[in-house]
Amino acid sequence: MQQTAVIELNDVSKIYPLPSGDVLALDHMSICINRGEFVAIMGPSGSGKSTLLNQIGGLDVPTSGVLKITGKNIRKMSDTELTDLRLNAIGYIFQKFNLIPLLTAYENVEYPYILKHRENDTTGRVSRLLADVGIDRKMAKHKPAELSGGQQQRVAIARALVNDPDILLCDEPTGNLDTKTGGQIMDMLKDLHRQGRTIVIVTHDPLIGKQAERIIQIRDGRVAEA
Amino acid sequence: MKKKNFLTKDIILQLSVRSIRLHFLRSVLAALGIVIGVVAISSMGMMGANMTMSVTEQLSSMANVLVVRADTGGGGGGFFAGPGGGGGSTSTVRRSSSSTSTKDYLTRDNLDDIIRAVGTSGTVYPLYQDSDKIQVGDNTGRATIYGMRDDDMPKVLTVDKGVLPNTAGSIAVGPSFAERQGLTIGSRVTIGDATQNETVAKYRVVGILKEKGMSMDLNSDNAIIMTEKAYVGLFGGEEEYDQVNVIVSDISTVNETKTAITDKLNRKTNVVTIQDSSRMLESITSTVGTLTTFVMAIAGISLLVAATSIFNVMMMSVTERIREIGILRSIGTQKAEVRKMFLYEAIILGLVGAIIGAIMSLLLGWLVVLIMVGTTKYFFTFQSLVYVPMAMVIGIAICIFSGVYPAWKAADLDPIEALRAD
Repeated sequence: MQQTAVIELNDVSKIYPLPSGDVLALDHMSICINRGEFVAIMGPSGSGKSTLLNQIGGLDVPTSGVLKITGKNIRKMSDTELTDLRLNAIGYIFQKFNLIPLLTAYENVEYPYILKHRENDTTGRVSRLLADVGIDRKMAKHKPAELSGGQQQRVAIARALVNDPDILLCDEPTGNLDTKTGGQIMDMLKDLHRQGRTIVIVTHDPLIGKQAERIIQIRDGRVAEA
Repeated sequence: MKKKNFLTKDIILQLSVRSIRLHFLRSVLAALGIVIGVVAISSMGMMGANMTMSVTEQLSSMANVLVVRADTGGGGGGFFAGPGGGGGSTSTVRRSSSSTSTKDYLTRDNLDDIIRAVGTSGTVYPLYQDSDKIQVGDNTGRATIYGMRDDDMPKVLTVDKGVLPNTAGSIAVGPSFAERQGLTIGSRVTIGDATQNETVAKYRVVGILKEKGMSMDLNSDNAIIMTEKAYVGLFGGEEEYDQVNVIVSDISTVNETKTAITDKLNRKTNVVTIQDSSRMLESITSTVGTLTTFVMAIAGISLLVAATSIFNVMMMSVTERIREIGILRSIGTQKAEVRKMFLYEAIILGLVGAIIGAIMSLLLGWLVVLIMVGTTKYFFTFQSLVYVPMAMVIGIAICIFSGVYPAWKAADLDPIEALRAD
């Protein structure tokens, strides 16, 4: 398989200006993640891993350096282009699931599909994805608040996959789940990796981290060990 | 398949609708503000319109009167009307017996010209008018005195009690005057001021007139009416008329009649001025209009309150949904779409409020008009009902206006910050 870089950081810095002095959250960081990799980004809290995730996820842009997502430099992107990138190239899985409370499970998965295609899903993709993550039709009619944490995270995975993203970004995906459910979610992610998905997982849990192919340790905004 | 029904194509609109449904009570309260505002504005507006129309019609019923007076020559035209102008069609000046001021009057020739100009399109009658000192028993006072030709009296006046005067010693009095002076049929009234070296004569009341109401031509309610002979005997100046009144039979020909008289009498110089009631009508209509605007402005305050309430609801909606906005943004919802979501919410509230308001203002407006104006004859006219869509538009506009800032604020939230919110 050809090694194509899907995430490329070259000398990336992120500075948060604060009245008490600037905070250097990312300090000249260079990372390269190839298509199909399963990478865990690890580090203690305050190490800058959330900041890194926000940059990779197109929610924020670096202060300096080059950050390329699927070959495009996101520092040069407008808000509209960044939003499109989040919609099409990135699938987010959050610690707190972050489903839209007004929509049912099915609709939550369909939502990014509608944003992208401007029409309802008639291909059956949404139902198929839900079935793949183990959410049946009856459950899919429920609102997120009526589902358990594990079920919500499954719906979130289906949602992240609906637009066939280049990268699956997971921010402490098992952080709000018990060990057993967390394990099921991790198995699911490993399955997705075997199917060829690029997965980046941010965690402080070594047990989660070591399930990845590659671990990037971050400390004080720098790569400590790759 | 049911999935077609899950979300319509405009998913953003769906989110707005669901948010409103989720916070139903709050949304209802906000919409209620708009309902009240719309009802207030439209019912006040309708009341004003109905009042104007009703007053206008009442006034139009007396708008068929033209009052012809000698041109007093206001401005530069003054000397043309002076004596020595030659020809019968010029008015001349006589001394009023009750005061030392000169006054202009119309001559017999003027009257004949007017009669010829009017032709068959109306009734013409000349009128003498003055005011003088009167004495009833021991009470003295002043009164307006009209002198009329015998033939004209039955055409213009109606008696309530007694008969119309037909001798030089008899008079008729208006109902208000009679009541004030305590006059009945047979009462004696002394007219004239001896201290001014005037003729003083005693008259007997033979008739009390029916109430006529305010009018331009002849305000008989509060006056003494006597025959031409009696008037001339008292004040002199036979066939020197103070005014000539024309009662036009068909109201639509008022202007033509007016033009005919002007053409006939004011050919070379301005001999007469003709007064019609259009100016009075205009001023009353505009007064009612001003009042309506004022009342509507007060009603507008209720819409302002509604706007505040909608703004508040929208801001609460934004604050409560910060995290949701963060989610929407992070998974690829554009700023413009978030903005649209909140604007939709405001528009829906405005629309629902305005529609309910419109229905209610038809009911309440009808009641208000019935109570305040006394008739709903004009309720279903364009001028009246136009206030309903007008108030609706204002209501919806206010909703959108108060939704803009919250929508903008929501769209401009930093997705990272928003996601962190709880």
